[in-house]
Amino acid sequence: MDGMHGFSRRQVLGSLVTGALALGLTACGGGASNSSGVDKNGVVTISVNGLPPKTQTVDRKNFEEDVAAFEKSHPKIKIDAREGLMDPKTFSAKLAGGQLEDVYYVYFTDPAGLIQRRQAADISKYVKDVPYAKDIDPSLQKVFTGPDGKIYGLPTGNYSLGLVYNRALFKRAGLDPDAPPATWDEVRTAAKKISALGDSTVGYADYSKNNQGGWHLTSWIYSMGGDVATQDGSKWKAAFDSDAGHKALQMLHDMRWTDNSMGTRQLLEIADVQKMMGAGKLGMYMAGPDNIPTIVKQFERKYDDYGLAALPGTATLGGGDGFMFNPKASPEKIKAGLTWVQWKYLRSPERDAVDSARAKADGVPIGLPQPRLFAGATQAKIDEIRAKYANTPVGNYKPFIDRNSQVQTKVEPPNAQQIYTILDGVMQSVLTKKDADIDQLLKDASKKVDSVLATVK
Amino acid sequence: MTAQDLSPAPVLTSHDTTKATKTPAAPGRLARRIRENLVAYLFLGAGVVLFAAFSWYPIVRGVLLGFQQVTFAEPARWVGLDNFRRLFDDPLFLTAWKNTGYFTLLALVFGFAAPFFTAVVLNELRHGRAYLRMTVYLPVMLPPIVTMLLWRWFYDPGPGLFNKALGVFHLPALQWLESENLAMISLVLVSTWANMGTTTLIYLAALGGIPGELYEAAELDGASVRQRLWHVTLPQMRFILMITLLLQVIGTMQVFVEPFVLTGGGPNDATVTVLLLLYRYAFVYNDFGLASAMSTLLFVVLGLFAGVYLRLTRTKG
Repeated sequence: MDGMHGFSRRQVLGSLVTGALALGLTACGGGASNSSGVDKNGVVTISVNGLPPKTQTVDRKNFEEDVAAFEKSHPKIKIDAREGLMDPKTFSAKLAGGQLEDVYYVYFTDPAGLIQRRQAADISKYVKDVPYAKDIDPSLQKVFTGPDGKIYGLPTGNYSLGLVYNRALFKRAGLDPDAPPATWDEVRTAAKKISALGDSTVGYADYSKNNQGGWHLTSWIYSMGGDVATQDGSKWKAAFDSDAGHKALQMLHDMRWTDNSMGTRQLLEIADVQKMMGAGKLGMYMAGPDNIPTIVKQFERKYDDYGLAALPGTATLGGGDGFMFNPKASPEKIKAGLTWVQWKYLRSPERDAVDSARAKADGVPIGLPQPRLFAGATQAKIDEIRAKYANTPVGNYKPFIDRNSQVQTKVEPPNAQQIYTILDGVMQSVLTKKDADIDQLLKDASKKVDSVLATVK
Repeated sequence: MTAQDLSPAPVLTSHDTTKATKTPAAPGRLARRIRENLVAYLFLGAGVVLFAAFSWYPIVRGVLLGFQQVTFAEPARWVGLDNFRRLFDDPLFLTAWKNTGYFTLLALVFGFAAPFFTAVVLNELRHGRAYLRMTVYLPVMLPPIVTMLLWRWFYDPGPGLFNKALGVFHLPALQWLESENLAMISLVLVSTWANMGTTTLIYLAALGGIPGELYEAAELDGASVRQRLWHVTLPQMRFILMITLLLQVIGTMQVFVEPFVLTGGGPNDATVTVLLLLYRYAFVYNDFGLASAMSTLLFVVLGLFAGVYLRLTRTKG
């Protein structure tokens, strides 16, 4: 109980040590390396992420082979490959601690915020020298373009949401797996028939948790011909309190409560739904083509079990991924990083042929309808190569390919994650409350989204 | 406070030591004292360094961040009370505090009474005590995520254990996590189940410390079981009950894993808690200024409870 009146020597000593330490730490915290990353031999070392974990043996082996091949053909660049992709939970900490890779992976939801917070380097003046960069689909490149017109990254993957469905359940429910639903009414009818099989089989499932409900509701609203946010001059406003928003929620409500074709368990997220699909208990859900290999791998299913249809309606939500550059990276590192991203991800048709041959030998899926990064002749050449090496049942994706070009692909709204949090609530209300007041829900959420959009610059 | 605490003897002793250190020491003496206690200072230093680096510095930095706009790409910008203003503008801010308060209240109703009665019952048992103690403590040893997934299955409105059990008694199935009214109660049940083992052990230890003579005397006076509980057990445990109550308030106000895994804050924001909202600010919206402002507020509120806790333990100790 000493030290209650005045300080003992121990306390003074302790405080001094603490103070000195705190100062020392503060001094360390702000230190950022400004080195160009070029050694005396002119070799530039760049850190990149995207190295697959050791558990994914084939992917990792291929990645390491690629690094070796790249370093051989580019002797002036050394790759320091690290595991992991963009993780919003650690991104800021890595940036603050000087641990962020020079070249880092992002989803399409990230660039707008990263650009606004100046957490990505402007690469405009280097991009023009990148081979095939000019062939990239302009709508995808736009995601990495700032409001100032400058370019902050390159897209390397893309998807648009369609309907993944279980072909076996379709057959059992008396539906034709080669002619999946093309309208929401047909989805509703098919879902009813599939749930009628009983034994906890669910006709259609959708997400409503951890921002994923809002993400999918956005696609629902797009498909009904509506918008989530629209720009009016320089200002953004919520736009889903509309006929489209109403129709989307009414359809979900009817499937959940009138038809009972969406199961009883709600507050689902992607992993839950994939599990239902992997267990053969789900008829359909909204997803991009990349979900199929995930389910097949994770639940040891066959590619033949799954089909893919385009999303009913007039539009769908598109997304994807790409690479951005550390705002503290030197011009040399950015140039080297761009060389790597182009070589590894924006493959030339020639390299795609090599990759496809290897992928086929390793059993890596080829023949899924996406990603399609390029526009015009370059993409046509790549499609040709992939068709040659396809090792997935391409016919199962025909319904997607046939109609997807008629469905407009729209990008995510600005401040997407905040908006999705709000729309999660709307999705939850409709799926968990039989007497949900759709008009009121849309009105309330619209007001909230307006306040989120007020901060968009 | 017992009579012993008021006795002058220990105060005098500590006073003497203080006096001794305050006496101006000759330079040689100070050096000798340091040399003699070098090992002790090294141990102390290591502790201070670790605390400073991993506890105090983050706390101070966290508070400062609450008054800054940070992107980590550029130097932080001071924004005064802006972050706090933005917090109060968020319609979910009040909801989160209300929900957290509600969770804490429910956790007290379930979580405070349950371990006490479990401990009393376990203490009275003649057989299988060790086994039952272990069983009660078992959930504490499970990793939280395992607990959550297990309970998710219990709560599943389709093939879940609870609804199956209700079905046996011809009772209607409940929407445990999907109903706005039930979701929070369901989370409290998980939390109580997962955490009551530790509190039960503390109570058992406290019960073991109650002198047997008191019960014997009460029995001789013809006190019933209920009377013994009321007149002997409760007064003897009053202090420990007060401490666990405060610790429980501090602990439950930081509820995160349960809503994060089981409901994601839903349905309809019914289970958005302060920490869940803080998590969203920091790791979904990447707004560390806002998240830090929120954590500073939580820190202040919890600090008040911690202050009461310290005061109580100090008086007692």
